[in-house]
Amino acid sequence: MSTADLATYNFAYLDEQTKRMIRRAILKAIAIPGYQVPFASREMPMPYGWGTGGVQVTAAILGPKDVLKVIDQGADDTTNAVSIRAFFQKVANVAVTTKTREATIIQTRHRIPEERLTAGQTLVYQVPIPEPLRFLEPRETETRKMHALEEYGLMHVKLYEDIARNGHIATTYAYPVKVEGRYVMDPSPTPKFDNPKMHMSEALQLFGAGREKRIYAVPPHTEVVSLDFEDHPFEIQTFDKPCALCGAENVYLDEVVLDDRGGRMFVCSDTDHCEERCSAGHRGHLAYDKEAAE
Amino acid sequence: MYVAVKGGEAAISNAHRLLADRRRGDRSLPAIGIEQIVAQLGLAVDRVMAEASLYDRALAALAVRQARGDMIEAIFILRAYRTTLPRFGYSKPVETGDMIVERRVSATYKDLPGGQLLGPTFDYTHRLLDPSLLTDEAVEAPLEREEAGEPVMRVSDILAGEGLVEDDGSLPNGHIAGDLTREPLEFPMARDLRLQALARGDEGFLLALGYSTQRGYARTHPFVGEVRIGAVEVELDMPELGFAVSLGRIQVTECQMIAQFKGSAKNPPQFTRGYGLVFGQSERKAMAMSLVDRALRAEEFGEDIVAPAQDEEFVISHSDNVQATGFVEHLKLPHYVDFQAELDLVRRMRREYEAAQNTDLPEAAE
Repeated sequence: MSTADLATYNFAYLDEQTKRMIRRAILKAIAIPGYQVPFASREMPMPYGWGTGGVQVTAAILGPKDVLKVIDQGADDTTNAVSIRAFFQKVANVAVTTKTREATIIQTRHRIPEERLTAGQTLVYQVPIPEPLRFLEPRETETRKMHALEEYGLMHVKLYEDIARNGHIATTYAYPVKVEGRYVMDPSPTPKFDNPKMHMSEALQLFGAGREKRIYAVPPHTEVVSLDFEDHPFEIQTFDKPCALCGAENVYLDEVVLDDRGGRMFVCSDTDHCEERCSAGHRGHLAYDKEAAE
Repeated sequence: MYVAVKGGEAAISNAHRLLADRRRGDRSLPAIGIEQIVAQLGLAVDRVMAEASLYDRALAALAVRQARGDMIEAIFILRAYRTTLPRFGYSKPVETGDMIVERRVSATYKDLPGGQLLGPTFDYTHRLLDPSLLTDEAVEAPLEREEAGEPVMRVSDILAGEGLVEDDGSLPNGHIAGDLTREPLEFPMARDLRLQALARGDEGFLLALGYSTQRGYARTHPFVGEVRIGAVEVELDMPELGFAVSLGRIQVTECQMIAQFKGSAKNPPQFTRGYGLVFGQSERKAMAMSLVDRALRAEEFGEDIVAPAQDEEFVISHSDNVQATGFVEHLKLPHYVDFQAELDLVRRMRREYEAAQNTDLPEAAE
């Protein structure tokens, strides 16, 4: 067999018919915010669980003039973010960036950038389990019925049981939200810290779950409310210290283990945000001081 | 001093380089060729074709080589290629009754039209390591019998004459067979889609489920009506020509599992069937598939659904090994943002727990 026998790939990998099918699902998802639209997810050349849903959504909306940013855990340089970015550079020859502001499409796993997104930007989330009710009811046939009937009592009971047992809601990521007063939606495993950023965002938010074959969306200027109770309002995580590198407060921090004697430091999970602040002259208490080193 | 972690790109490229090195192995040995894999590891190639749903021995062998012999990885590589291929038509249903049979055995009849034919089976080999395979000793040519010209009737057709076994059933006119690689999966599924899912399902998973039905978890009292392996013709209707043309032959394994059915208000007592059809030579897979197919028809026959093998959503949602391996293995990807959130929560709950312990102590003393 010669290499000429192997097929060549279309712009952004997927064939145009498949892209059209995915775009239809996206349009339907935008029309019904928070509703999970089944789509005929394709086998992608990276494994399920590596972001095949997000990659398909990105491939379907990507144009030659787009500027793509890919983050995983908030960082542009985590291996899987590097790999997905390289994939689109290879199959679509598209411009890429690490700067949130410059990107037209941002594909993300587990974080929403700290910098406020603006009109015209699209945030594409990689979603492992799109069904917020899945761990309360394993059957798809049942959960679809529950959404249709707006039967969300089970979720409220679960949150109530958390409070009864622990005094607070013990969900820290993939914290369920209600979209535009109708569908309960899984925001993907982002920390609940990021939930408020989804509310009334100017950017279009698209969610792709490849293995589970679902696409859903939050259009710009849509209400996204984290579920809570009047006497136990929704709260986000807070950190005691600012970022050790850039001194940022009110951002999500990663804990870095420094030694085996309990040494820890906390740094921005959003690497672009951190670098931006460092180059603007902000300094945290452990910042590597170039001038001092010289 | 901590500096933000960099270097993902270099790490990936170095990892790929090392992988290529390990794949090639000792350079003083000749590299294994695609033709050798097709010819000498044929059953591995067949499994990859079957579970990737792509009938191409050379590409499957390439995938096996590229995957260093990891079957699921090879299946994955071939599927990711298949998904980019255009679909230009649907073949006519293959006629397994016209199969050029290489193996055909029935457990329900001692002899039957077309006869029993053992073919290239491991069944009666003694599993003793064969030292002659350490060297390249000459192998005798196989004995071949003249074709008798007698049609190898399908066992289901023999039983059907008496009306003792359910017939093939029929689909509404104009029904186009479903394709779960092109349409989103929805439950409950029609049987055509279910059979497609089983045909590309993981051999080990179906084997275990089929086995579970034999051990009492949804027992169906099965007999192998027949299992046959051989070449069937694939034909495609050509609208321009007005008749079907043959695209060639493919090798398939078909199993018809015959199971008891006591009858219901609607149907008289008769034998029911489970069906298995797999690319290439894979008797284990075809048999397991037919057991699971029959178990999944529980609702159709008004049987109680009591076991995993009868539960369509459970079986079909978990039978795909490419999906399963992806989701299980993705746990090794970074999760430190979520872990950080959980860490924060556990610390908080620990503080609350310890505070509660301390305040409890004086009361205990009283």
